[in-house]
Amino acid sequence: MPFAPKEIAETIRMIEAERLDIRTVTLGISLRDCAHPDLKVAARRIKEKIVRQAGNLLPVTQAIEEEFGLPIINKRVAVTPIAFLLDASPEGDPVLLAQALEEAAVEVGVNFIGGFSALVEKGFTPGDRRLIAAIPEALASTERVCSSVNVASTRAGINMDAVALLGEIIVETARRTADRSGLGCAKLVVFANAPEDNPFMAGAFHGLSEPEAVINVGVSGPGVVLRALQRLGPASLGEVAEAVKRTAFKITRMGELVGREASRRLGVPFGVVDLSLAPTPAVGDSVAEILEAMGLERCGAPGTTAALALLTDAVKKGGAMASSYVGGLSGAFIPVSEDAGMARAVAEGALTLEKLEAMTAVCSVGLDMVVLPGDTPPEAISGLIADEVAIGVINHKTTGVRVIPAPGKKAGDWVDFGGLLGRSPVLAINPARPSEFIRRGGRIPAPLQSLRN
Amino acid sequence: MADQSESGRIIRALEEHLEDKDAEESRIVVTVIGRDRVGIIARITSVLAGYQVNILDINQTLFRDLFAMNMVADISRATASFAQLKRSLEEAGAELGVKVYAQREEVFRFMHRI
Repeated sequence: MPFAPKEIAETIRMIEAERLDIRTVTLGISLRDCAHPDLKVAARRIKEKIVRQAGNLLPVTQAIEEEFGLPIINKRVAVTPIAFLLDASPEGDPVLLAQALEEAAVEVGVNFIGGFSALVEKGFTPGDRRLIAAIPEALASTERVCSSVNVASTRAGINMDAVALLGEIIVETARRTADRSGLGCAKLVVFANAPEDNPFMAGAFHGLSEPEAVINVGVSGPGVVLRALQRLGPASLGEVAEAVKRTAFKITRMGELVGREASRRLGVPFGVVDLSLAPTPAVGDSVAEILEAMGLERCGAPGTTAALALLTDAVKKGGAMASSYVGGLSGAFIPVSEDAGMARAVAEGALTLEKLEAMTAVCSVGLDMVVLPGDTPPEAISGLIADEVAIGVINHKTTGVRVIPAPGKKAGDWVDFGGLLGRSPVLAINPARPSEFIRRGGRIPAPLQSLRN
Repeated sequence: MADQSESGRIIRALEEHLEDKDAEESRIVVTVIGRDRVGIIARITSVLAGYQVNILDINQTLFRDLFAMNMVADISRATASFAQLKRSLEEAGAELGVKVYAQREEVFRFMHRI
């Protein structure tokens, strides 16, 4: 027998009982050859190219699911940041291109398509400005299009004009989707140091240094890590880290297998495995519960940042051994509404916005799926973005902000987005305002790369 | 003597086959889990035989009335698609009141072998 019965049983248990799955297979597609002075022509080219390139994505991934017995939850498409195409066509409404993306996504059968994006960490082109201004309408008038804006990087510093603008864009996006509790904001991420190969939505886009097309895979598996720690029982934190590493290795191997196979069958190069622990609202599929299994009474208690640092680092160490190419965000996601344990910690008062911000210094993304009071003014959101991207810029890491100022809701109210986006109480935000600071605008210079203390 | 060298040759050939990474694409692992009863192996193996799927290895574990079986099988000469084979196995499992999984062998190699 090439495998011990115990090994076969372990794999099946991980899939059946512990929700091991491939969270996403994301096909990145370059749209650089779709630019055209007439925006209508560009829109047609975009749709045609995506449908041509991604036409087989669904049948191929479904066959892989069946043959390997591994669920692949999401199949998605990421494209070149659309702002680059807008510079070629100075006239016309950018929402046309969002609609082309939406139609292509429907036709190829993917639930999200990412790349209504701009990279403005050092400044705006006219296309960048038009794209950002069109975000509220694009997200309100489409279901599947996701948007992201990179406003800061360790090499460029922080574009505070963009930070100020995005505060307003987020509030306006919430207002346009008020009938769905501001759901449009769940499809918008503001980044520092955005990765060009991230397969996870809403922040996925096909970076400028990427090939014509590429397959990136996002693995998941908080449930598997949680059960591994529960089985471990009382053990030192060194042993906890070791158990997480071993589990992350096994989870990531599944991503590597699926990525290689999808790449071979689609005839598209394999990019990276993003080895993030991505929670879902299902009980037991929670990053917060992993932290609690380490011995915290509730996620958010003193010690939470240290526990999360251990978890993120051990996931990276185990995963890096398991895959030839690791990239994307890689670490642990801590979205609030998408993680039932995080939402419970907020509801019980154990987890606050400030503690979440501290946690983002050691996790893989940032303030993710955080629901704010509906009357939060744009400058307060801009202040939140500035703080979050500053953490990323100074620490050479990706940070992102995906917050939803839910119209008509106040701190403590529950908001339910449905499905994988989950539900969460509205978090309180500090009532003191950063208005003058945000109004100054300009650029916060890139940080010193030495004297690192 | 002749018999021994014959079986030695067969074992060596089988070992080479089991080590052959190219052959992995044609190997599947069938796992059956459930309450023990008469005829589980007979029923499952007859489904495989019906599609010309050759069983390379088989392992059975019993704990009280709990039954677990793993099989490695070669589907290179199978007369049906993987999807159809899998459905037939799942149907046979449902009749027996047991759960049947069929997966390409690479899943286990990737997870448990470096």
